[in-house]
This record gives sequence, structure tokens and C-alpha cells, in this order.
Amino acid sequence: MKSEQQYIELYQEAASIIKAKSCPVMNAVRNEAFSTFQCLGFPSKKVERYKYTDVDAAFAPNYGISLSPLTVKPSSYIFNIKDAPIDVTPYYHRVADVTDAITALNTALVHETLLVYVPKNTVVEDPVVVDNYLRGTAATMMNRRVLIVMEQGAKATIVMNDKATDKQQYLTTQVVEVYCHDNATLDLYEIEETTPLCARFSNVYIREGRDCSVKHNVFTLFNGLTRNLCDVYLQGEHGEVTLNGCAIGSGSRHIDNNTLIHHQVPQCVSRECYKYVVDDKSVGAFAGKILVDKDAQKTSSHETNANLCASSDARMYTQPMLEIYADDVKCAHGSTVGVMDEAALFYMRQRGIPEDEARALLKNAFMGEVVDQVKNEALRQKLYVKVEKRFRGDFEKCEDCQLCKK
Amino acid sequence: MKNNNEQQNNNKERNNERPQEKNEFVRSVAEKMYEFGFTTDVHTEIIDKGLNEDVVRLISQKKGEPEWLLQFRLDAYRYWLTQQQPEWGHVHLPEIDYQAISYYADPTAKSKKGPETVDEIDPELMKTFDKLGIPLEERLALSGTAVDAVMDSVSVKTTFKEKLSEKGIIFCSISEAVKQYPDLVRQYLGTVVPPRDNYFAALNSAVFSDGSFVYIPKNTRCPMELSTYFRINARNTGQFERTLIVCDEGSYVSYLEGCTAPMRDENQLHAAIVEIVINDHAEVKYSTVQNWYPGDAEGKGGVLNLVTKRGDLRGVNSKLSWTQVETGSAITWKYPSCVLRGDNSQAEFYSVAVTNNHQEADTGTKMIHLGKNTRSTIISKGISAGYSENSYRGLVRVGKQADGARNYSSCDSLLLGSNCGAHTFPYMDIHNNTATVEHEATTSKINEDQLFYCNQRGISTEEAVGLIVNGYAKDVINKLPMEFAVEAQKLLNVSLEGSVG
Repeated sequence: MKSEQQYIELYQEAASIIKAKSCPVMNAVRNEAFSTFQCLGFPSKKVERYKYTDVDAAFAPNYGISLSPLTVKPSSYIFNIKDAPIDVTPYYHRVADVTDAITALNTALVHETLLVYVPKNTVVEDPVVVDNYLRGTAATMMNRRVLIVMEQGAKATIVMNDKATDKQQYLTTQVVEVYCHDNATLDLYEIEETTPLCARFSNVYIREGRDCSVKHNVFTLFNGLTRNLCDVYLQGEHGEVTLNGCAIGSGSRHIDNNTLIHHQVPQCVSRECYKYVVDDKSVGAFAGKILVDKDAQKTSSHETNANLCASSDARMYTQPMLEIYADDVKCAHGSTVGVMDEAALFYMRQRGIPEDEARALLKNAFMGEVVDQVKNEALRQKLYVKVEKRFRGDFEKCEDCQLCKK
Repeated sequence: MKNNNEQQNNNKERNNERPQEKNEFVRSVAEKMYEFGFTTDVHTEIIDKGLNEDVVRLISQKKGEPEWLLQFRLDAYRYWLTQQQPEWGHVHLPEIDYQAISYYADPTAKSKKGPETVDEIDPELMKTFDKLGIPLEERLALSGTAVDAVMDSVSVKTTFKEKLSEKGIIFCSISEAVKQYPDLVRQYLGTVVPPRDNYFAALNSAVFSDGSFVYIPKNTRCPMELSTYFRINARNTGQFERTLIVCDEGSYVSYLEGCTAPMRDENQLHAAIVEIVINDHAEVKYSTVQNWYPGDAEGKGGVLNLVTKRGDLRGVNSKLSWTQVETGSAITWKYPSCVLRGDNSQAEFYSVAVTNNHQEADTGTKMIHLGKNTRSTIISKGISAGYSENSYRGLVRVGKQADGARNYSSCDSLLLGSNCGAHTFPYMDIHNNTATVEHEATTSKINEDQLFYCNQRGISTEEAVGLIVNGYAKDVINKLPMEFAVEAQKLLNVSLEGSVG
């Protein structure tokens, strides 16, 4: 049984309701996206970029679609797209890969878009926080859309938190489109702390202009099935991008990160570092491609993927790829899958540290490299604690969440 | 100030020189002829073009094969019919018209039964081998190499067979082996690369013409390097050779394979299968130098090299080493693989792939770790020049039971010129927590400092590139047997001639 059918029927039934709740910019591309989805269907494992995740199975349950409205706290940078201070037509659904089935489905079903707009030469000191809470009484599908527009010289930090109550099955599709005009700086954090019942499909698309600097950090601390895709298009010279990822899997979690860094112009720098710790029966997958166009000379690119398999049932798939058409480049990638250093474990145990504790310490140190990259001090400290607790097993995903306390 | 001006002038002059130099190189590339491009005028018996069940039966009948082998071929053919030509490689594989190819060419058909003495071999054919430099006849003793020369589809002459048979080593063409050692062939044929393995393996299994069969009995060290030479000679005939090497307990063999094809405009199809079976404590070293016709400077013609090679390390402490130098073929699609089934087995893969002009190569290896404490090493060096595309594609899989598996992979790419591409597609599937798998890859252009250093000491840019590339590929070339290493080194220089400006 193919799961796409129920979504096709759903759209046919609910299109008018969604359209009524939405706005013209979003409705303009809706039908086209739907027909793309209708003709593509969900990608099978034969589609290279979806090789490691069974999309069809994840979408199979009968989800109800959530049409709850966005709550936007009054702020000078965050808007509901309906109240956008600028014309968003040149941005909405422009950088997203229109041939991706998940993006197409999201575009067809999404009813509201969150817009983060930072005007020219504006520095936003405090991080912009976007909290996504999932709670409900039935299996629910959420379609989320975020549009980030950074004008020239704008600077901001955006933190996106994903949380869920643990009683229901949730499915989230997310499309984030980021436009950085020349000289903009953006730090984008995605922190996922959901439940084993949650499935998440996130597609992030970033377009960078000249002299931009973008950092994208994705932390999968607690989840069910997660698939993160991140495509970066470097379209202006001297652009910089850093992609960091931290994935911790236990139980029977599934974490799949798929990235593409497309160097389209000369003199850009990209760095990528993804680390995984997979325990129990969890599955980790990483595929990172660096694509350097013929004209993108003087590209410098470095990709690292390090993984720790902590149990004999855990599985790790990794695929660091380079596709290079320019000759004056410096590109390297390294990938390792390994075990914990027995000598280090022995050293600690010799000094009276219990084995579990020693293992947690080692894992923590291993993941430290990724957390170190977090620029915002407060957030970094918070993440250190979260990662450590996660490894010790006393992870309290509720402790700083306001969801149930309201 | 004055100095600065002078410098600028000098720079200008140098800049003016450059394009000229470049043009010269380009011209020399265009004018460079494929060294081995000649056609031998030998009477060849070719069956009609096309592929159907009757053709498969005809091939089998011509070779006087037993019923089980015919059935093997027919099963493969029927399976092949249900499959589609794969498209996943990073190459532009043209749609091959399988009906436009003749599937059997026999250059020895004139003398009905196979030639028994050297005199019986067609003199033209002997000349071909002379040009190729195959050490047949007098050169035999000097070079000490046993050659199973395969021209088109029938093995022409196998040298040193008697000497080998004293030790109980069987080294003959596969069609001969089918007749003389049917049980051995039947026991191993298709067990490493099953006919249903992939599209081209199915095609080969259906129509394979000839190839070599090697059997090394227990506790025998093969006293010489075994070698086979493949050559596609007749027009529009695909070469579907099949090699089967069985190395029994505690034995060792080193096997060499070299390939050339004459200049042709149409793409020639080459879909081969190499199967290697290695038992307990045995070791096989397999070396290939491939210089099939790569097509002309505009990318016209050339050989389509679509090969399935696999070694099955069945025994404990077994060892397999693949070494390949790929300089030819318009399209190369080749992944010599190892299945590390036996505990403590070891596998190595060393590869240099050079592409120039419009060549495309998608090559690499698969290391499937199944036994405990298995180790594998992958060293791949890609060099691309001109308008070529060079990809490394590899898989390292560690099975659930493969405790203590260890892999190290290193793939480096060198880019010479701004119109070529170098790509790396490594896959790692790890299902065991005691495995240690490392992969590293770099892509860069030739080091300017090194070039400058050579130039400074009066070595021309072209020579310097040759030196640097040879040094770069040294890790792999060192693994080749002596006589092959020399040939490989020359080939590297020839392939890259004129690619640097």
C-alpha cells in the first residue's frame, strides 16, 4: 500500500479550507507543488538522497492534519507571513528544491508561514527563539514553514526548539528557506527533543550572497525518526558556511542527516562536522555532498564525520561525497566509525571511575567538539548540560519546557 | 620602481608565452595516436550479429559445452532479459544496442582444432603479439612468464602449461577447463559472481566466450607469475571473457592481466567477469594494467569497460590483493571487490585511475567484512585531465558478526586542468560496534611549489608533472610486479602527455 494516496485525497478534500486559512503568496504555488507531489509520490529507498530512510512507512499512519494558528509574540523581527513588512513573493518557495517530494508535500499542505526578517545593517543581539510544541489528542501531522530573510549586513541568531508530549504520534514536515543578502551573518540552531513516537522530516535550504557567514547547527538529542536535509547554495564570493551536527541515538531511534554544499562561485569556504553516537538498536545515517562547480575556483572545503558505535546492534551508514569540477580547489573529507578507546576506559577505571561513568565521560568528550562550535555562550552551556545528561541517561526533556506547566 | 616595472614586463612576457605553450600541448594531444591501434588481418569466424536464445545455444555448441553449462547460460540470458541497463554510475553510458554486436569471434577457426605448435599459429597473429610485446616463444624463457593469450574469444596459446602441470597447477583457457576439468569448473563457476548479480554479469554469464582458468592445489606456491593478455580485435565484437581463479589451502599465486584494443570509432563493449576463490591460508595477488583504446581527443569511440570482479576469501587467514592501473577505455565501470568471509582474512585494493580527454571512469571497490578480525585497506589515486570525469565509488560494509573488523581507506584525487572533474562517493555501512573504519579523501590540484621547484632546476613543466604524478601514484605502482610496474609508469606518462599547460 502506497502512503501517498491518503495525502493526495486529503489535499483534494481539504485544499479549500487550507487556502482559506492561508495567504495569496502561499496559495500561488500550492497547486503546482501538489501536482509535483502527486507525480513524484514518496521517494523510495532507490532515490539516492532517501537511501537510508523509509519515507513511505513514516507517512503510513493515518495522521490528522493540524491547522492550528501560529502564535507570534510581538517583535520587530518575527512575523506571520500575512503581516509581512516586505513583499515576500521573491522569497517564498524560491530556494527550496521544487523536485523534492517532501518539500512539495509541505508546500501543498502548509497553511501558515513564519517569517523572520532582519532589515539592512541591523544586529539582533538576543537570539530569536522559535519554539515548536507538539501536543494533541490524536495522531497529528504538522506542516511547518519558516522563511528567513537577512538583508545586507544583518546579523542574527535563531534558535528553533522542537518539543513534544509523549503520548501521541506526531509527524512533522518542515521547510526552512534562508536568504542571506550580501554581508549577512546568521547562526541557525535546531534542537530536537521530542519523543520516540515522533517523526520529523526537515528540509533546510540556504542561499548565501557575497561575504555572508552562515552557521547551521542541528542537535538531535532525543527523537523518534528524524530526517534532516540541508542544502546550501554559495552564490556570492567569499561566502562562508559551517554545518555542524550532533546526533545521539538510543533505543530504536533513526537519525538521518543529508547535506549538500554547492559551491557556485569562487573563493568560498565551507566546513562541515557531524558527529554521531549510536547506541542500542539505533540507526545513524549521514550523507554529505560537496559539489564544486567548474567556475568555483579557490574553493576550500573540509568535511568531517565521526561516529561512535556503542552497541553491537547499532548501525551506522556514512557517505561523505565530493563532486568537483574545478581544479584550483582544496577539498578534503574524513570519516570514521569506531569504538571507544579501551585504553582510556581502562585508565579511568583504574582510577576508580565506574565503567558507565567512564563511558559517559568519553562520549561527552567526543560530542564536545560539536557543542564547542556553538557561539552563543548561554546556549552552549545549556547544550553541554543537555548532552551530558543525555549520555548519563537522566535526560529530562521536560525540565525547561513550559508545555505542561501552563 | 624600476625593478617593479621590469618584473611586470617579465610577467607579461611569461603570460604571453603560456597560451602558446598550451596550444602546443593541445595540438600534441590531438595528434597523439593510440600506440596500440592497429588491426590484425586474420581470418576470423564471426557469428551473425544479434542476441537471442539461439545465439546462446550456438556459442555453447561451437565450444562443445556440456548440458549444465548451456543451462547456466540460458538461465542467465533469461534473467538478463528482465533487467534494465543500470544508470547509477557517474558516467554517460550510451544506450548499447545489444543486437548490433556479434557475440562470438574465433580467430583460430581456420585451423579447425586449436593450434598445437607455435608454427600453427597464424603469422599475422604472431605479429600482433609481437607488437603488443607479449613474451611468447623465445621470450618465454627469458621473461619466465606463463601467458594465456586471449585474442577475441579463443585462447590462442597457453605457454608453460607443462611446467605448471608438474606442480599440479592448472592454467588454461576456461573452455578447455570445461572439457578437461568439468567438475572443478562446475563446483566454482558462478559461486562468487552469480549470474544474477547484475545486468552485465548476467550478460556475460549468458554469452561469455573465453578466459582463463587457474587452479592452484593445496600447499603450492605458483613458481611464476601467471599472465593473460586480452585484446579486442574484430570489429563490433564484444569481449566477454571470464576468469576463474581457485587457490586452495596454503597456496599462493600472482596473476597479471593486461588489456589493449585497436582503434575503432564505434564503442566496443567489454563486459567481463573475474571470480576468485581463496581457501584457508591462501593468498592471491591480482594485478591489472588496462589500456583499452580510450577514444580520440574529441571523445569519439573507445571501449566501454563494464567489469565485475570479485574475490571470495572463504578461508581463515586468506589474503587477496587487487592492484589496478586504469589508463584506457572511454568508460570504465569497475569495482574489484572482496568478500572477507574467513576469520582473520585480509584484503587490499590499490588503484590508480587516469582519465584524459573525454574519458570517464567510475571505479572503486567493495569490502564486505563478514568474518572476525578481518582487515582491509583501500588506496585509490585518481588523476583527471582534459575533459574527463574520474570517480571513486566504494563500499565498506561490516556485518553484524564481523567483530574486530578494521578498514582504512584513502582516496586522493589530482586535477590537472579546469575542465575535468574528480569525485568521491564512499559508502560505509557499519553494523558492528567493534569495527574501526576510517576514510579520508582529498582533492587538489598539482602542487604549485613542487612544480616551481622543478622548473627552477631546469625541468620542463611537462616533465615535472610526469615526475609528480609518478610520485603521487608510487604507493600503488610499488605493489605491481616488476615488469608491470615499468609498463604502468610509462603508461601514466603517455596518458598524461600534453595535459598540462
